[in-house]
Amino acid sequence: MTSIAVSTTINDDDVEFLCQPDETLLDVLRNRLGLMGAKEGCGTGDCGACSTIMDGRVVCSCLVLGAEAQGRTIETIEGLANGSELHPLQSKFIEHAALQCGICTPGFLMAAKALLDKNPDPTEEEIRYWLAGNLCRCTGYDKIVRAVQAAATEMRGESA
Amino acid sequence: MRYERPETLMDATALLAEASENAFVLAGGTDLLVRMQSDDFKADLVVDIKSIAGMGEVTETEDAFVIGAAVPCAALGEHEALTAAWPGVVEAANLIGSTQVQGRCTVSGNLCNASPAADSVPALVAANAKVRIAGPGGTREAAVLDIPTGPGKTSLAKGEIIESVILPKPTARSGDAYLRFTPRTEMDIAVVGAGVSLSLDDDGVVKSARVALGAVGPKVMLVEDGARALVGTRLEDAALNALAAACSAGSNPIDDKRGTVEFRKQVAGVLARRAAQTAYTRAGEK
Ligand SMILES: Cc1cc2nc3c(=O)[nH]c(=O)nc-3n(C[C@H](O)[C@H](O)[C@H](O)COP(=O)(O)OP(=O)(O)OC[C@H]3O[C@@H](n4cnc5c(N)ncnc54)[C@H](O)[C@@H]3O)c2cc1C
Ligand code: FES
Ligand code: FES
Repeated sequence: MTSIAVSTTINDDDVEFLCQPDETLLDVLRNRLGLMGAKEGCGTGDCGACSTIMDGRVVCSCLVLGAEAQGRTIETIEGLANGSELHPLQSKFIEHAALQCGICTPGFLMAAKALLDKNPDPTEEEIRYWLAGNLCRCTGYDKIVRAVQAAATEMRGESA
Repeated sequence: MRYERPETLMDATALLAEASENAFVLAGGTDLLVRMQSDDFKADLVVDIKSIAGMGEVTETEDAFVIGAAVPCAALGEHEALTAAWPGVVEAANLIGSTQVQGRCTVSGNLCNASPAADSVPALVAANAKVRIAGPGGTREAAVLDIPTGPGKTSLAKGEIIESVILPKPTARSGDAYLRFTPRTEMDIAVVGAGVSLSLDDDGVVKSARVALGAVGPKVMLVEDGARALVGTRLEDAALNALAAACSAGSNPIDDKRGTVEFRKQVAGVLARRAAQTAYTRAGEK
């Protein structure tokens, strides 16, 4: 197979890479670009551990070809914090103990970021539906929902 | 495998027409990439249609909404005029998968994947939607109902691509709805799906109706006896009972771990009944 040359934007950086035509964006991020934050839980779109934002929409990077990244804008968990300053979602996940083993966490954070970018004041029901494609085997979800609510409150500039 | 991203429909159909049997259109990839993970699936060519001009847009014309084949289902729910005109189609499309899947999946892909349980398909059939098909020999139109021919099989010829799904503008006082039964509320495959669209006269009597069922046969099913049971009524109990009986009788489901034949037949009647009531209420409000 001939490799494909792709130029794209990842976390505000211009990035170029070569990939195989059948290689997923998840494999490109992890194996070629050293961005190991997105995780592979299932590889079939069911768990959300690989969630990445592409052109403003959260997608499963295991169901995107690396070649499809050409000319797109991609956000991964590595770009969520501002330098050493955590994103409110990240601090609230820590504060609310919204993670245990942590394998689902990057996916939840990216999916939650996409939600808050679109809807700064979601109801609990909206949060639960939005995150239904992210599976967690540790937390029981409740602490995750609380953390997202707390981050939304902080990001709106209100006190909890 | 070869990956191509043509910028015109002509180039896309030409690539597919010249290729081996193992050539696939790539829209949102939420079916195709899952299949690509399995060892017994082989693709020689994948033609990504997302860079073709116009394919990523919903266009409103005088008498129709034209949904380009690369429009992700999430964008349908964000389209206010479309959601107001065809709430049932939009809710069916928005039931597909998770938020992540919504950002990628398309109704054309849902149709061409030809799963008997595809959620948007019964709603599109109830809405009497058509597709525009581009092929090496030119363009043609076909009814959505005529695209799937059986599980995983379609009537598209080699080299043909669905360019868009065309929804007619609904007439005054008409409404539609789609309901499905799944064991889990989100991220599950329909055990039964039912789409109903109907229009009323000034006295609230049903003038015309279309009823379609999914997951109760090898392909989507138009239940004409069910529609006939509604016409001339205001959805009184007798009419709804006749609709439910026609849907149960018309179903030809399989037995599997998610539902028995008997269960699926009964649920087909129950869902059609509820979808008809919602469609009726919506029609009355317009
Ligand atoms: C986690 C998960 C959950 C899901 N849940 C649901 C669900 O609840 N309900 C449901 O119905 N489906 C569900 N699906 C299946 C899938 O998401 C849908 O069928 C979706 O609509 C497919 O659209 P796509 O654009 O991603 O198709 P693709 O994967 O791009 O294509 C699907 C097939 O259609 C062909 N094709 C695509 N577009 C065209 C075109 N324009 N012309 C000709 N051929 C074409 C492709 O070659 C391929 O064979 C789910 C999938 C996943 C991964
Ligand atoms: S690894 Fe992509 S959804 Fe599970
Ligand atoms: S913290 Fe372990 S899976 Fe979510």
